[in-house]
Amino acid sequence: MFQRLNPAPTLAVHLDFDGRSIAADTGETVAAALLAAGIGQFRDTPVEGRPRAPYCMMGICFDCLVEIDGVPNRQACMVVVADGMKIRRQHGARDAA
Amino acid sequence: MSPVQPTGAFDAIVVGGGLVGAAIAWGLAREGIAAALLDEGDQAFRAARGNFGLVWIQSKGDNRPEYAHWTRRSAELWPSLANTLAEETGIDVALAQPGGLHFCLSEAEMEERGQMITRMHNQSGGIGARLLDRAEVQDMVPGLGPEVRGASFSPADGHASPLYLLRALHAGFIERGGRYLPNRSVDRIDPAPNAFTVLCGAERFAAPKLVIAAGLGSRRLAPMAGLEVPVDPLRGQIMVTERMQRFLDLPTVFIRQTAEGSVMVGDSHEDVGFDNATTPAIMQDIARRSIATFPALADKQIVRAWGALRVMTPDGFPIYEQSIRYPGAFAASCHSGVTLAGSHALALAPAIAAGTLPPSLDSFNSGRFHVSAA
Repeated sequence: MFQRLNPAPTLAVHLDFDGRSIAADTGETVAAALLAAGIGQFRDTPVEGRPRAPYCMMGICFDCLVEIDGVPNRQACMVVVADGMKIRRQHGARDAA
Repeated sequence: MSPVQPTGAFDAIVVGGGLVGAAIAWGLAREGIAAALLDEGDQAFRAARGNFGLVWIQSKGDNRPEYAHWTRRSAELWPSLANTLAEETGIDVALAQPGGLHFCLSEAEMEERGQMITRMHNQSGGIGARLLDRAEVQDMVPGLGPEVRGASFSPADGHASPLYLLRALHAGFIERGGRYLPNRSVDRIDPAPNAFTVLCGAERFAAPKLVIAAGLGSRRLAPMAGLEVPVDPLRGQIMVTERMQRFLDLPTVFIRQTAEGSVMVGDSHEDVGFDNATTPAIMQDIARRSIATFPALADKQIVRAWGALRVMTPDGFPIYEQSIRYPGAFAASCHSGVTLAGSHALALAPAIAAGTLPPSLDSFNSGRFHVSAA
């Protein structure tokens, strides 16, 4: 669905998304990498459980929230990929404890 | 763009589209009054956009029984307000009144709260407020930090969404035929007894009744109609966390979890004039107190923060008055637009519609600021 503007991505950065291996370009954001890999749902909402994906891609809308390396509610569009990152779909509200 | 000029005549004009003005306007519309609501716009300081959202009773009216009773009445009227707004507009303002806690982080504070509860009980009658020791508070809320010694508790306290409340009041007002007029900054008021003309740019609005509820703008506008509202700004800063699973059902004076799961923390009181900025020192202080109370908040992300200007009278109590020189002109001002929304919509507005404020509001006249220096 989404295509990178960069015609020659390195695909040298390896991510794990809910157990699936994803190759990302150096310097791109987690949101860009997941979208390029065809992932359409990043989370479901805390109140009504509705599916969400990135909307603004610039840090404003908070719709792209995912868990990254054990930290919930990270903005995928604001985090640059790093090799070995473990990313999980965010389900509902994070824990309060 | 050609200017629309809905210059017109109404039964009443309310100046101020914040929580106080909108609650009164909605209440007037319920009384069958054809009202116009003039709202200034984004350049105004708009305290109603910065509220914390407490419907707070336990500490209101210490040494001022009239204010204690007015506040308690508002809490009693709130369920009817929330239900009516939900029926009319479909908007749930998330009212919950499970009782509220004021945490004490020192023995001195425990002592002080205990004395306040006794004093208010003796002055204004009991509302079931009591002091809880640490063990009792732990039974009510989980995850308390070690510094929490106890809390004062009142079963009358609650909270609501201030933004949904504002939206619902506006929607309900319009639904009942009220005329909402945004981006109207009032330049001048031409007063006469029961005949007022309000000038906004090239527009003129006329009505036999006028309500000044313009927050910090009231200081300038009130004298134009023979009223006096000597209010000054008092800044409060608030931070909002990411949404999380529910852990705190009871509102507290500086931490509450919203219906959506965000945690709001705040309650600074800063005399800094018309500066509504946020400052790191205050936010650090708020964060420190919040984490001392609930250590699990330490790793939660802050997603928004703002400063807003409370509308404060010299003694902190509201002003309600009708002009002696120009009957038909009323002023209403307070810093508790959420708590007092029930009273404003369902008690004050009907009184304004009838043309006379009740004797129970006599002591809220601005005349109290003119004690002679004999």
